[in-house]
Amino acid sequence: MYMYDDFDAAFVRGRVAEFRDQVARRLDGTLSEAEFLPIRLKNGLYLQLHAYMLRIAVPYGTLDSRKMRQLAYIADRWDKGYGHFTTRTNIQFNWPKLKDVPDILDALADVDMHAIQTSGNCIRNVTADHFAGAAADEIEDPRPTAELLRQWSTDHPEFAWLGRKFKIAVIASEHDRAVLKSHDIGVRIVRGVADEPGYEIFVGGGLGRTPMVAKQIRSFLPKAHLLPYLESILQVYNLQGRRDNKYKARIKILVHETGIDRFRELVETRFQEKLPQFNGVNQKILRRIEGSFVPPAFEAAQPMPPVLGAGLQSWIDTNVAAHRLDHYGIVTVSLKGIGETPGDASSDQMRLLADLAEEYAHDELRVSHEQNIVLPHVPRRHLPAIYDRLKAAGLATANIGLISDIIACPGMDYCALATARSIPVAQQIAERFHELGLEHEIGPMKIKISGCINACGHHHVGHIGILGLDRAGVENYQITLGGDGTETTVIGERAGPGFSYDEIVPAIERIVSAYLDVRTDPEETFIECFRRVGMTPFKEALYPPEEARSNAA
Amino acid sequence: MTTIVTGNGISGDDWADRDVFAFDCFWNGQELPEEPLAVAFPNDREAADLVPWLDRIGLIVVDFPAFSDGRGFSVARRLRELGYRGRLRASGPLVSDQLRAALKVGFDEVAVAPSVAARQPASHWKVGAQESYQDRIAV
Amino acid sequence: MAKKFNPKMATGNDLLEGDVVYFSDGRWTRVIGEAELALSPEAEADLLGRASQFPNQVVGVYLTDVKLDDAGRAVPAHFREDFRMLGPSNRPEHGRAGQGA
Repeated sequence: MYMYDDFDAAFVRGRVAEFRDQVARRLDGTLSEAEFLPIRLKNGLYLQLHAYMLRIAVPYGTLDSRKMRQLAYIADRWDKGYGHFTTRTNIQFNWPKLKDVPDILDALADVDMHAIQTSGNCIRNVTADHFAGAAADEIEDPRPTAELLRQWSTDHPEFAWLGRKFKIAVIASEHDRAVLKSHDIGVRIVRGVADEPGYEIFVGGGLGRTPMVAKQIRSFLPKAHLLPYLESILQVYNLQGRRDNKYKARIKILVHETGIDRFRELVETRFQEKLPQFNGVNQKILRRIEGSFVPPAFEAAQPMPPVLGAGLQSWIDTNVAAHRLDHYGIVTVSLKGIGETPGDASSDQMRLLADLAEEYAHDELRVSHEQNIVLPHVPRRHLPAIYDRLKAAGLATANIGLISDIIACPGMDYCALATARSIPVAQQIAERFHELGLEHEIGPMKIKISGCINACGHHHVGHIGILGLDRAGVENYQITLGGDGTETTVIGERAGPGFSYDEIVPAIERIVSAYLDVRTDPEETFIECFRRVGMTPFKEALYPPEEARSNAA
Repeated sequence: MTTIVTGNGISGDDWADRDVFAFDCFWNGQELPEEPLAVAFPNDREAADLVPWLDRIGLIVVDFPAFSDGRGFSVARRLRELGYRGRLRASGPLVSDQLRAALKVGFDEVAVAPSVAARQPASHWKVGAQESYQDRIAV
Repeated sequence: MAKKFNPKMATGNDLLEGDVVYFSDGRWTRVIGEAELALSPEAEADLLGRASQFPNQVVGVYLTDVKLDDAGRAVPAHFREDFRMLGPSNRPEHGRAGQGA
């Protein structure tokens, strides 16, 4: 794991002191609210429906027990005893007071953390594959590159006031677990024709009002060229991106309106000019960063104790993924307990996760974009003990990848931008299918719920996507089907008219029944089935003719 | 009088008595004096257009229509990349918190809007000695 | 025909605490039942004008429609304001229910 050096530590403390001063200037009126707003956003501080909300960066989703315990401490000391892990692998606290925020930021700095650039129109926290360093299929650990990008983008003087937010993700395998193509820039680590290390670069992805799948702008970029290439993309975007309309200000719109070929020419021209300005120091920094992401001291294979009990077996089958070492597993701890708020963890749960990481799992934790917590390096012999401890804390739900493992944004229960609630819809869907006992029968299924058009809940790339809107003062939910957030990214197709709050769960149930009816066999997953049969059977299930409806009643 | 802020503090505008010419003054056919000129730079224009005339320019004034419109930061960086060595001024409602970034991208000074200057005393316009990540990774 | 006028109240969030607050005759209150109502378009503009005089105390001030319940008390007309009044529906223990009474 990356450890702060003196420079990082001094930098973060400096930013805390600066924010403390900015808060004081806001309170004495020398900074207006209009001026303070983007400044507080760049420090992670929103004003939501009921209170301020502080979004804390978890760079590339990586935590250790010390950091997780400090988050639990912050939850207890300054908030209401819980936090919310987000689809950008950050954590949000929902109830901080403005006057306390500088102290919270100091507490974060104590454990090498910060909230810098988790919001605002700037380069946001860089995300990566949450299985980084543990997955069997990766070429190398993507996190050193992500950390280099974190450093390069932090307080970048040219790109602190962009037209809109800017998100970058890094992966290092064919299989995409980080929704790479919904990012403004996606970086995939590859090998060149002579096996030399480099990057494949995608640009112009994004969800929101106008969802776009990122397009390839470079099939191979030598490693040393990453920063000048990204600076070129950012400079073209900053100068030429639209500023006349907030909803057209993301780079996806510029790429779309310019055309990827013309956009590539602009970037490549700029890149040739910029390349000589970069003297290679960043590659020395990258090598130093790589040195801090060495694999843990893996233990030798030891016998696994017998698996006693169906609960443990089911949890292992569902929540433990293959590690690059056979006698290790990657454990995903579900923050989607049936009827719970997706992504929420209490301070006690955070402390338990920290304990488990420290005692059994080489002291590493990850936040996944699907709002779960990952123990990436777990010797399989410890699985029974971990399961027992999780179970006692209500964290042993065996549902990873299943219908109740739902992504949901905070929605109108917290968010000032929301147009409808997300959380209770997720809770009710999970409860309903649990009650029916159908979760495992249905198999792999990704439901993603957003409470407004901004799509923080990734609904466009859910197998079933749900978008909550305000229709004439009433919550209304639109359904999209067939979305896919992996290496075969597809934006879901809208099924038809929306459903009211009371109708949405039965509507989802009808979709699932239709799938169970039309699938060829239990091996055919929902998304495979949808690709084979298309929208029609699901549309018929969702919108039965009047006659069928009255017969059913 | 316009307030000018540099890395060394606040001063008056020593260009106040002289004209600032339009961005297109070199090719719109107007008569131009011989001495170094000041040129206004709207932030949606292309920096490369000025390249043939850079040695006739003593001051470029980059407009910031709003403090949150950051195109001017890239304009400054671009002008420096294209070889401009004269004075570079950011003009608009920038706040003191942006001074550090403005100097980093190549501005020499900020002409503070009266609405901001009225609220933000000289003591707020400080840069601090802190090194940046960009200095460290030498970009 | 003139459109029916919906009574309005002025609301915002407390700058220091972030709490939802309602404007009431020159001061801000956390109790929705104390909110001052504007009953005409003229009163509406006047209410917003007076409520906007506290930039270093309350932020994000806006007017929102209210309706009167059977007991004649002001309650929000839109569900968004219900959630602002009651707190998150998934964690009723953090709610502010009852303050409106």
